[in-house]
Amino acid sequence: MTALRDARTVAETVTDPELPMLTLADLGVLREVSELDGRVTVSITPTYTGCPAMDTMRDDLVHALRDAGYAEVEVRTVLNPAWSTDWISQAGRRKLAAAGIAPPGGARKAATGPIPLTLQPVPARVPCPLCGSADTEEIARFSATACKALRRCRACAEPFEHVKEI
Amino acid sequence: MSFDNAYEALSEAPDDSRWAFGTGFADPLSGVDTAVPDGVDGADLAAYSLMLGDDALVMSHRLQQWCTNAPELEDEVALANIGLDLLGQARLLLARAGKADGTDRGEDDYAFARAEHEFRNVRLAELPPGDFGQLIAVLLVFSGWRLAVLRTLVESRDPVLAAIAAKGVKELTYHRDYAAQWLVRLGDGTEYSRERVRAGLAAVWPYVEELFATNEIELRLAAAGIAVDPAELRPEFDAVLGQACAAATVEVPETPARAGVSGRAGRDGVHTEAMGYLLAELQSVARAYPGATW
Repeated sequence: MTALRDARTVAETVTDPELPMLTLADLGVLREVSELDGRVTVSITPTYTGCPAMDTMRDDLVHALRDAGYAEVEVRTVLNPAWSTDWISQAGRRKLAAAGIAPPGGARKAATGPIPLTLQPVPARVPCPLCGSADTEEIARFSATACKALRRCRACAEPFEHVKEI
Repeated sequence: MSFDNAYEALSEAPDDSRWAFGTGFADPLSGVDTAVPDGVDGADLAAYSLMLGDDALVMSHRLQQWCTNAPELEDEVALANIGLDLLGQARLLLARAGKADGTDRGEDDYAFARAEHEFRNVRLAELPPGDFGQLIAVLLVFSGWRLAVLRTLVESRDPVLAAIAAKGVKELTYHRDYAAQWLVRLGDGTEYSRERVRAGLAAVWPYVEELFATNEIELRLAAAGIAVDPAELRPEFDAVLGQACAAATVEVPETPARAGVSGRAGRDGVHTEAMGYLLAELQSVARAYPGATW
């Protein structure tokens, strides 16, 4: 019998269903993998509370680990601390850019007290992932998935998605 | 594998691994410690979770009704995203209610098997859609108020509510900015757009006072460090609305509050006529196919 691959290594190969170039580890949603007597417990955290990919992630984790020989797999949800785009790894950021999606900048720090209203689009330095120009503008704060905004490059005129900072 | 139609493929697939739903992961709080904090009445905590959950569920449904009706594709996507965020918050909050009241009911039991008088959402959330100007008014008022509530709840002694609030704050900050930026664009736009958003604000304003009316459950839970007394959040809300309206060059309305029935309103399960129609649609599939899973 061949030794089972380490459970964490297996869990780390599972990719995000909506950003398939990223593994759950790259995305920062894979919080913990522990193994006791052949029973694996995986903790993941949602990116957005409504993210419909969560169920698929759990399902994919269970299947990947079962295929690797772990019969008992439990996937737990961790809500605290809340996921931040700051948790996307450097490798994940490179993969996003290579796929034509601009990676997020630094997230706004959680302040105490009332949250200030933003009435103007925030000027952000988001270089175009296609041509590299810094001359880009926001088209819409919301895009095809909860985690992305839509931008356009003024230099190459191409639209592109941007993982928005939270 | 070939099938005559896509539905056949769905029903005959023995392996559910391709599907996001119907995979047996029904509980959005799976693995989260949902013990009720010391000194807190579980029934109160459940009722409070339902209030916040129902607000999100009903507002989300109204936003979903905008799909295919928004003025631009970008706004179509924005409204769907905002509705999805709120639906996510509702799922967690309804699930939290089932763990707190000891009945272990799931999100679907609350969403699909309750009658109108058992829903605890504020009436603002259920108002008929109106036009885009009114939608922006509803969304600004709703997200301005809810953001103030959730950013205070981040400090809640209930770790589940605190965690849901912490995620919700990030989402609602985007929702409120979206609504406020549209208010400015319409208010400071053409004569017509300005009139539409002014009329929208006037139409929703009678339902603002209800948002800050404290009920007994909120008072008890606020004293226990679990909830927030919404009355305390009015100045924060007024400051944000004042800032947005000033930038949009529209007046903050002074329309009188719409009274409840014998002092009872949404939080007491007393709703407007629109609520019955909304629930009939929201619950239609679940009622037509009792016990169905998805």
